[in-house]
Amino acid sequence: MSQRQRKLFACFTVLCMAVAFAPTAGAMHIMEGYLSPPLCIAWGAVCLPFLALGLRSIRRKTGGQSQNLLLLALCGAFVFVISSLKIPSVTGSCSHMTGTGLSAILFGPAVTSVLGLIVLIFQAILLAHGGLTTLGANCFSMAIAGPLAAYGLYRGLRAVKVDRKACVFLAAFLGDLFTYCVTSVQLAAAYPAAEGGAAASLVKFLGVFAPTQLPLAVVEGILTVVIVIGLETYASRELKDIGYLGGNEV
Amino acid sequence: MKQQSHKVLVVALLAAALLISLLPLFLLRGAEFGGSDDAGSQMVAEVTGREYEPWFTPVLESALGGELPGEVESLMFCVQTGIGVGVIAFVLGRWVERKKWMDKKE
Repeated sequence: MSQRQRKLFACFTVLCMAVAFAPTAGAMHIMEGYLSPPLCIAWGAVCLPFLALGLRSIRRKTGGQSQNLLLLALCGAFVFVISSLKIPSVTGSCSHMTGTGLSAILFGPAVTSVLGLIVLIFQAILLAHGGLTTLGANCFSMAIAGPLAAYGLYRGLRAVKVDRKACVFLAAFLGDLFTYCVTSVQLAAAYPAAEGGAAASLVKFLGVFAPTQLPLAVVEGILTVVIVIGLETYASRELKDIGYLGGNEV
Repeated sequence: MKQQSHKVLVVALLAAALLISLLPLFLLRGAEFGGSDDAGSQMVAEVTGREYEPWFTPVLESALGGELPGEVESLMFCVQTGIGVGVIAFVLGRWVERKKWMDKKE
């Protein structure tokens, strides 16, 4: 890294830490039946265009190539694994990660929304975790907002030539945090406090979820970097094919 | 040489991840480590000042006529992990072998 890159990288890191330590994210899906029907429908409607885009994008990016489909399957499986691990956190409660950073970085946020939705449906039906009525809201936070943040961050940092592994880490880390940040906003909007309204309850929700999720987001960042290292070593051809690795970057 | 440094990095990263996830268990002895979903419903009750009555219960819970037993819930979470790990292992396994063969050919 050149001097300038190093400075930029430092700035980004500080900024990211600031964002992370300011009251940010919390960790969970919104429980079944906890959003009023109009809100459920509204969030669902917000998700639909992303899902449609995602389905189209999957067809285009994999292009019927079985190896690329395998990579997509791996991304989906990564979400499955990561979002099933409930990890104890410093606040004395458990939470789980999202795992959507990987596919957001490799395939983009649209594709990720489809993968995330699959996992959310699985958890809502078989685990009574999250819910079918809150599927839209949860889909928006975990499968759309978080991946969008991760993707944007990754692209932004890569554009200023930050080291690729550092980019992957920061993108996955902050994507995870952002997911739960959005969840808190959704909950706060649905449950404004008696005094102070939505803003007051937002602070409360964030207060519960942010400290819990922070270490988990770090773990998610680390695990995403590990799997990316593995993929760069063994699947560089597929990564080039989907445009993650440029021709001269290997 | 490059492979070697990757190995060290991967091991170090995994160790760090393990440490971060397990340390709270030892640091906070006697903490409950409940799910943050429960914390969420408590927060809702606290913020609105009254117990919230969900207007819809999870389909599985209404089918069972009660809450999913804790042990079964952990079983389902394991199934989820298992499916994911299986697919990852299958895909990565293929590619690891492929690289081995391709390296041999060269």
